[in-house]
Amino acid sequence: MIGLLIDITLLTLLVGVAIAIARMKDLFAVAMLAGIYGLLTASFFVAMDAVDVAFTEAAVGAGISTLLMFVVITMTGRSEDPVRHKPLLALLVVTITGSLLIFGTLDMPYFGAPDAPIHTHVAPRYINDSMQEVGVINLVTAVLASYRAFDTFGEVVVVFTAGIGVLALLSVARRREDDAVIELVNDSMHEQHLILRIVTKMLIPFILLFALYVQFHGDFGPGGGFQAGVIFASAIFLYALLFGLSTARRVINQSIIRLVAAVGILLYGCVGVVSMLNGGSFLDYNVLSSDPIAGQHLGILLIEWGVGCTVASVMVIIFFNFAGRQEDNQKAQNEEDIDANRAL
Amino acid sequence: MLIGLYNYWVVVVLMMIGFYIVIAHGNLVKKIVGLTIFQTSVFIFYISIAKVEGGTAPILHAGIEVYSNPLPHVLILTAIVVGISTTALGLALTVRIKEAYGSIEESEIQSQDNQIQDAHTQGALSQSTESRESP
Repeated sequence: MIGLLIDITLLTLLVGVAIAIARMKDLFAVAMLAGIYGLLTASFFVAMDAVDVAFTEAAVGAGISTLLMFVVITMTGRSEDPVRHKPLLALLVVTITGSLLIFGTLDMPYFGAPDAPIHTHVAPRYINDSMQEVGVINLVTAVLASYRAFDTFGEVVVVFTAGIGVLALLSVARRREDDAVIELVNDSMHEQHLILRIVTKMLIPFILLFALYVQFHGDFGPGGGFQAGVIFASAIFLYALLFGLSTARRVINQSIIRLVAAVGILLYGCVGVVSMLNGGSFLDYNVLSSDPIAGQHLGILLIEWGVGCTVASVMVIIFFNFAGRQEDNQKAQNEEDIDANRAL
Repeated sequence: MLIGLYNYWVVVVLMMIGFYIVIAHGNLVKKIVGLTIFQTSVFIFYISIAKVEGGTAPILHAGIEVYSNPLPHVLILTAIVVGISTTALGLALTVRIKEAYGSIEESEIQSQDNQIQDAHTQGALSQSTESRESP
């Protein structure tokens, strides 16, 4: 009963936030609300027993995406044109589609029904047999990294491709950073955000440590490469936010991080190829070791490691390129202003 | 009881709010936020159907009989990370559009495109008349 109450409350809040997002004209407020929306979704996922998903959504929806929105808004302006494109027609289309979909839900099995079709086909095998077949307690990891490893491979490639796309669209040729400028930024930050800086300095090692725990404990509890990757990246974002992009760029070498993104995928693919060479099919871990269960453990560990590397470094690439673009635009703007002042 | 369908209705409502933002708003960043809402509604749908009454998180433990379905969790877990990557790609395109057109309002971009197109067709017309007159 309490579960149902939490469920209904969270979902109603979600609808409220979504309506507020639709009505807001200030994009800064929209980005903040989108962050709240992500956090609410993550809480809902916890209530639905999807702890692994909640991890990811909390790091992505409430953290990374909000941050990206902010960086983009500083470049594109924060107010929205209030003119709507045929709002009544849009509303009509939306209402008709929505009513049809609601009509469709009337045939759905009720929420939580144990005899729903989705629970009767492949799920019982995962729940009953995966302990003998894969030997991993966390069923989500077992399905993600072993039963559906090929699918996951595709997803990682998509993430990698998106990273390349952002790199192609936004990367700017970088001049060598001036030490004096970095010192200056650091000094001004030190005065302005003393508390934030000190608290963050203490937090970052724990966030990184937690990311590693999530990475390597994924077999036994909620966690895995995707979650660890986004948590690890968010710690680096935090560092870049408070200590300036130039400092962060000095700590994290951009060409190395690009290499790591590629090596992660390569590692994943190589596990598949090695299992083929050992006489199994692609990504069949049973043949990786003399004992099938030990082989499964080894395979899952390796591919999760590959996923974690790729996801973390692609997130870092995305953020650094957005922020680098913004900084570059700012610099060009400043120079223009100075020139204009001189001309006057 | 019809309250058992509440989750799905909320999913439909969220999806339609996202859809409305995508088709009715002209600002490209707002459109991407709308797409994110649409996407999240699908996530909520998948996770909702995975829930089993009285079940617990799909991590095996002695003495627990009922688990929620792990398969939708896997699908959505990867979809979230893929989702943020594609959103980032969309935002990157938005940034480039802003740099090229100086605006991210759809109507503004459209009118600039139309002007360029008009200039082109006029240029082509005048060229063809010139070539006809010259011999």
